[in-house]
Amino acid sequence: MEEVPHDCPGADSAQAGRGASCQGCPNQRLCASGAGATPDPAIEEIKEKMKTVKHKILVLSGKGGVGKSTFSAHLAHGLAEDENTQTALLDVDICGPSIPKIMGLEGEQYMEDNLGVMSVGFLLSSPDDAVIWRGPKKNGMIKQFLRDVDWGEVDYLIVDTPPGTSDEHLSVVQYLAAAHIDGAVIITTPQEVSLQDVRKEISFCRKVKLPIIGVVENMSGFLCPKCKKESQIFPPTTGGAELMCKDLEVPLLGRVPLDPLIGKNCDKGQSFLIDAPDSPATLAYRSIIQKIQEFCNLHQSEEENLISS
Amino acid sequence: MEAAAEPGNLAGVRHIILVLSGKGGVGKSTISTELALALRHAGKKVGILDVDLCGPSIPRMLGAQGRAVHQCDRGWAPVFLDREQSISLMSLGFLLEKPDEAVVWRGPKKNALIKQFVSDVAWGELDFLVVDTPPGTSDEHMATVEALRPYQPLGALVVTTPQAVSVGDVRRELTFCRKTGLRVMGVVENMSGFTCPHCAECTSVFSRGGGEELARLAGVPFLGSVPLDPALTRSLEEGHDFIQEFPGSPTFTALTSIAQKILDATPMCLP
Repeated sequence: MEEVPHDCPGADSAQAGRGASCQGCPNQRLCASGAGATPDPAIEEIKEKMKTVKHKILVLSGKGGVGKSTFSAHLAHGLAEDENTQTALLDVDICGPSIPKIMGLEGEQYMEDNLGVMSVGFLLSSPDDAVIWRGPKKNGMIKQFLRDVDWGEVDYLIVDTPPGTSDEHLSVVQYLAAAHIDGAVIITTPQEVSLQDVRKEISFCRKVKLPIIGVVENMSGFLCPKCKKESQIFPPTTGGAELMCKDLEVPLLGRVPLDPLIGKNCDKGQSFLIDAPDSPATLAYRSIIQKIQEFCNLHQSEEENLISS
Repeated sequence: MEAAAEPGNLAGVRHIILVLSGKGGVGKSTISTELALALRHAGKKVGILDVDLCGPSIPRMLGAQGRAVHQCDRGWAPVFLDREQSISLMSLGFLLEKPDEAVVWRGPKKNALIKQFVSDVAWGELDFLVVDTPPGTSDEHMATVEALRPYQPLGALVVTTPQAVSVGDVRRELTFCRKTGLRVMGVVENMSGFTCPHCAECTSVFSRGGGEELARLAGVPFLGSVPLDPALTRSLEEGHDFIQEFPGSPTFTALTSIAQKILDATPMCLP
């Protein structure tokens, strides 16, 4: 569907193909036949597949470059440090799949011990290959990832997303609708230009009824390696994530300072948590990961109570 | 639509530059704005078009949020940012009723809006139009390139940060440019180092070397590195007059040099 009229009611609306604005649209006949109205059978198939996946966490932002993939990767590393925890990391950033690089898995196998990773990056033969796809094709890929990958018995499935509030985000939420997502972790940096986009992301979560586990403020302060004094590279001039969370009544899971070793480790595809165990950033990550686990376990026992009552 | 019958709204725009990345958060919007201001400083009449539908950040950067946009008989009138009318801006941000509401649209609807946006702004006579884009290689980018193609854009400025993760994504953007026939004018490396305000030690907070490596891989010019300047970020954030504050920043020197390279590479038509 390339050309749509200005006031397109939507392919799955009751007015599809019948509204005044549908006149002249090349898809009018298709919509009027009701083809868009039937629910996608993949949703049930995905629900079945996801039965072996205990917890599903989305990592979102709205703003690009705040550290979603870095956080997703380290959440996965942190959880997988317990060899009894099966962790899976799914990268649905179709245009900019950074997870293979950050996890040090470029060009190699995508399963290791108790940590499985899937990304479109693995399907590209060259690091220069561009995935220049429109929305519908990206959605198809995401459907395949969720339905056709044999995830097996997984304790935590972490889904890393691209910036924005578009096809990829809608698709993940829609396809996982029947399978129950535990919640979303939203990443931001302290400055208003990020918070501006993150407020929209929070509004998106509320619109699609996606529970919010909490917000992580990344790149929150920088410790100079030479003089050890702290400075703010991205100043929280409008109160940072703390004030935004208070205003919007969402939990602030923690603040992660900018440690130059994080970027270096991501470049090398290593876990920063292992390379710099005493860094304030590592301590912050670990505390946040623990809060996420507590949230997931709390909601699991709530569900079990509901089922047994 | 008889688009061929009358000159489009972009007919008076001499040169169009797209600012792309592939990677989010590298500073496309900041660089687009800084480049536009640097070109204006060099005496050019410049417009900025912000086609980021999900995260339109430029109005706030230039203290223009909440400015009303008007329709004239040729389409949307861009917002002028100075008395001399040497710098103008159009962004989807101006059209949003509630700035905190998410624009949750799928591809086809975004395409339709971008097409309209690109052709319906009455820019008038401009030396340069700088087009800021969202990250990625998808609907918005294809729609923007297609809508601008009849006007033969000068090319694309590709922005990266120094780390390999950025370079990994931006390489794909370079392929996008090649596949869509968009000339790459050069690579700009942003967030190149942070100078500690206490002891003046410069640290590579986002690793190093990415920009030059990318330019080398792609066989395109490396236009320059732009350092992190928290004082400028702070003044942007606090809504100070960016146009006034910018010339005092170390980033200004970097951007002036980049703008000059662009001017040197631009064929200037004789009046």
